Amino acid sequence: MTNEKRNQGAFFPRDRNWQPPALTPPYKTSVLRSPQKALLSLDNTLSEMTGPVFGHNIIGDLDNDLILNFAKDGELPIGERIVVHGRVIDERGLPVKGALLEFWQANAGGRYRHKKETYLAPLDPNFGGCGRTISDEDGYYYFRTIKPGPYPWPNGVNDWRPAHIHFSIFGDGFAQRLITQMYFEGDPLIWKCPIVQAIPSEEAVKQLIAPLDMGNTIPMDSLAYKFDIVLRGRRSTMFDNRREGN
Amino acid sequence: MTQPLNYFKETPSQTAGPYVHIGCTPNFSGVSGVFHEDLGISMTNDQTEGHRITVRGMVFDGKGAPLKDALVEIWQADAKGFYNSPSEMRGQADPNFTGWGRCAGHMESGEFVFETVKPGIVPFKDGRPMAPHITFWIVSRGINVGLHTRMYFPDEETANATDPVLTRIEHKSRVPTLIARKEGDDYRFDIHLQGDNETVFFDI
Repeated sequence: MTNEKRNQGAFFPRDRNWQPPALTPPYKTSVLRSPQKALLSLDNTLSEMTGPVFGHNIIGDLDNDLILNFAKDGELPIGERIVVHGRVIDERGLPVKGALLEFWQANAGGRYRHKKETYLAPLDPNFGGCGRTISDEDGYYYFRTIKPGPYPWPNGVNDWRPAHIHFSIFGDGFAQRLITQMYFEGDPLIWKCPIVQAIPSEEAVKQLIAPLDMGNTIPMDSLAYKFDIVLRGRRSTMFDNRREGN
Repeated sequence: MTQPLNYFKETPSQTAGPYVHIGCTPNFSGVSGVFHEDLGISMTNDQTEGHRITVRGMVFDGKGAPLKDALVEIWQADAKGFYNSPSEMRGQADPNFTGWGRCAGHMESGEFVFETVKPGIVPFKDGRPMAPHITFWIVSRGINVGLHTRMYFPDEETANATDPVLTRIEHKSRVPTLIARKEGDDYRFDIHLQGDNETVFFDI
């Protein structure tokens, strides 16, 4: 245990003008899957302020190495080798330690290893497409993988997903639970994608675009992209224990 | 001019997409050999205290069709009302109960199933008891931001009637959307994303 005082208060309300709305008709699947009644606002109770935390004991040696974790002995997946790294912080800028991050993605040809996937690009026998890691004391995390390819998807007649990596993140409260996607700097498909366009502002979209990070490339080996993630911050609990009028 | 507040903005959510299973339940999706087992498939062991229950259900879209690509997570207190979380300051939760479960809907039927224990009572912020409940979080293709809701128990009528959250629902006709049905020995909790029976979802 450290002697740092943790904030124990409720989480800051989610900014619904920053997050995508539920109903975004150009992303057609949202039409029948978006609640139509107003959400019931609920200041956090213990049920939302607490959350599961995962220990390093669940993490295997190759869990954060998508280049090796599915490859046959002595073989490697095809594609651009990249390192993805960054920090998980909260809205106050504090590191989120011990956050479990899970990632999944298509292979270099844009094909997912999934029973229901039908895109004609081939599977890579040496690439599974999933990994996970836990952030350290500074909220820092990293993994390496193959840069995923873009792929077409049935929405409009000719819609393409920009290259992306899916992220699932746990903070220390269940209200922080987040799933999102990381995009790559310079990909012209980002600004044409109906799923990206579900996000209301260009400024918010930019929060999902990882820049090329030459400072962290591994020479003669891998490029690097930096992706920082911000989870909801906690209110402080000042004055919470001073009841008035009772 | 003022000093800047310097808060950061929460990272925008994006849909979990149709292949969420690759990352969250890889063995279920057919990516085997990377992780020993899928996280959250087991919440209990043979030492877990409390009354064992099975919770099953489906997530329905606005046309009444079950989602076959959803991922559902639950989070709940143990039988005594403690959360197995570092943020739990009131006492020690049952070390043999995780409180957290994750289940991909069945690829053909869409049904999710959780083997868990009935949660105890947890206090609301003002100290009033909340009726036993399980928090649900639903993600899938077509859902831009994960949806939070709660399941309450049909055999807790008295506690439900004074629950600080249920009593805040303005349209009383919507309260039953948060109460599971008893189905044999199991509890069934179906979630409706739209329509007359649209489940109450929370902005927590």
